[in-house]
Amino acid sequence: MTTDSAGRRLAGALHRRPRLRLGLLLAAPLTWLLVAYLGSLAVLFLSAFWTTDPFTSDVVRSWTTDNFRTLLSAPVYRTVALRSLGVAAAVTVIDAVVALPIACYTALVAKPSRRPLLVVALLTPLWASYLVKAYAWRIILANGGPLDWALGPLGLHSPGYGLTAVILVLAYLWLPYMILPIHAGLEQLPANLLDASADLGARTWRTVRSVVLPMVLPSVAAGSVFTFSLSLGDYLAVQIVGGRSQLIGNLIYANVTLNLPLAAALGTVPVVAILLYLLAVRRSGALRSL
Amino acid sequence: MRSALKSLVAIGVLALATACSSTPAKTAPDGSFTPPKLTAQQSLGAGEGQVNLIAWAGYVENGSDDPKVDWVTPFQKQTGCQVNVKVAGTSDEMVNLMKSGQYDAVSASGDASLRLIASGDAAPVNTDLVPSYQDIFPSLKLQKWNSVNGVAYGIPHGYGANLLMYRTDKVSPAPTSWGAVFQPDSPYKSHITAYDSPIYIADAALYLAKTKPELGITNPYALDQRQFDAAVALLKQQRANVGEYWSDYLKEVSAFKSGDSVLGTTWQVIANTAQGEQIPVKAVLPDEGATGWSDTWMLYSKAAHPNCAYKWMDWITSAKTNAQVAEYFGEAPANQKACDNTSDKNFCAEYHAGDAAYYQKIAFWTTPIPQCVDGRRNVKCVPYADWVQAWTAIKG
Repeated sequence: MTTDSAGRRLAGALHRRPRLRLGLLLAAPLTWLLVAYLGSLAVLFLSAFWTTDPFTSDVVRSWTTDNFRTLLSAPVYRTVALRSLGVAAAVTVIDAVVALPIACYTALVAKPSRRPLLVVALLTPLWASYLVKAYAWRIILANGGPLDWALGPLGLHSPGYGLTAVILVLAYLWLPYMILPIHAGLEQLPANLLDASADLGARTWRTVRSVVLPMVLPSVAAGSVFTFSLSLGDYLAVQIVGGRSQLIGNLIYANVTLNLPLAAALGTVPVVAILLYLLAVRRSGALRSL
Repeated sequence: MRSALKSLVAIGVLALATACSSTPAKTAPDGSFTPPKLTAQQSLGAGEGQVNLIAWAGYVENGSDDPKVDWVTPFQKQTGCQVNVKVAGTSDEMVNLMKSGQYDAVSASGDASLRLIASGDAAPVNTDLVPSYQDIFPSLKLQKWNSVNGVAYGIPHGYGANLLMYRTDKVSPAPTSWGAVFQPDSPYKSHITAYDSPIYIADAALYLAKTKPELGITNPYALDQRQFDAAVALLKQQRANVGEYWSDYLKEVSAFKSGDSVLGTTWQVIANTAQGEQIPVKAVLPDEGATGWSDTWMLYSKAAHPNCAYKWMDWITSAKTNAQVAEYFGEAPANQKACDNTSDKNFCAEYHAGDAAYYQKIAFWTTPIPQCVDGRRNVKCVPYADWVQAWTAIKG
């Protein structure tokens, strides 16, 4: 009885103070966002200005901009950064091209009763461990492996381990992240727009170009943010199928063990790249309807 | 939004405050150092119930890789110390893992051990508490990679050479020189493999010491700028022929299995594993000699389970266990009595255990420092930090 009335009083107090209500609701997630998420980014950026003892590789906390100077002056970092951007862009384009027809089918063509099942089927690869999938590709791409065997009759070979393999594997790994937003976008496409287009005499291709594509572009942009940023930060696929090539993630990984400040400076490169990418996507207006 | 900014500033100030209050470890410009003052444990208490180890692949085997290969279970039964192991692929990884503070002991090679001592991560070891220590080959005791000023910082484990492995069905004639992995017009282009660590630059320097005497390289870890540049140039040229670099030993086994790699650096244990999987490979010590390692079990200075760690150091270097691990890994044991316990009675002779003349042929891993370790005083050598940068540039 007493707890009930106390509960009522609390509810009443909260009802009269909407700001307190909002504060209590958002306190936990905001603390998480600020301390764990932005806080760690701040510490990362800060540690990029430190240096290490050359012998013990202990972090020495004295202020220096040497790491950024190294980053800008040594050609190897520029090459690797550009290569990583190229890989991320290639993966994004491949995923967009593959995902569009699939999402069109699951969201518009397939029987409505089957659509949830198809979405589940598209998500099943996400249930398997990243490492298992990457190592499976290591075997698929191996010398004399399944891909060699399948391409053999056509006179072709597996690309072997290298950048092509990395792009292939990353495009495979991140494909669901591209399909899902496009599927969601197409599902919201009002059917009467398609009917109107047909009534006005547009054929399939014209409808796709003038109605579907403009409406679905924000979804592609949302998916591309996933594929682009995930590819830019990846270092495991490169280690497993990349052969002798290295991306920005590998440089960070290699330096984390010995030169944390330089690794932190390198870590700002993908952060800046993704911020610029997000700004570009925003300028294009694609994020407005999200 | 404004409150968000305020919090960010507060975090930044907090981080700065902690940053300014720390005292960095100092190394003299010539590379010599005084280790932080630490005292070794005086007596051994009861075991803590577990011990966390960092080890090379094949050093801490509990039967999960091969049911017949197990020296961890008897240790656990005898001491009640549960063994948790983290396998590391490079010395750099080991140094970094030790800094995480979660481990009690590490099987450090010579290129990690001094760094660990200088940073205060490795504690002096009271060898009286390790009965096996009296049977260790005297030539391994109190050496420059496991002691400072006559104070032992660990118990020697064993030593061996980095070998050249090749697929017997794909590589002919059989290679006898490191030239096989360094020649520019190799018939095995894209199928050569190399160890993925800056310390591999020493392998190129060792080859140059024999093939380009005009460079005057006497020790592959003491390279002046001209010698270093020559080694880096050789490795950049080698990169064109490399299929992939390895530091994970299972990855190397899989590459040799599929034939993606047919020729390259290896450890004996990897060759043994590959042969166990019926892969036609052979590992040889090339004519030029080789780089190698001499490993030491070292104790973390703030170990949470020091008594179990001491018990482990004694167990792994005891005659019987040391023989088992040496035979499994393919290295010379550090315990002289281990030679009576090997299943192959010629084992110690084959691996030249205790043979001082043999180790002249092996250039043991050591950390390159500005003060040339070959004794030259008129020139500065390239320190390891620059090796790390160069390795990034070599891989491109």
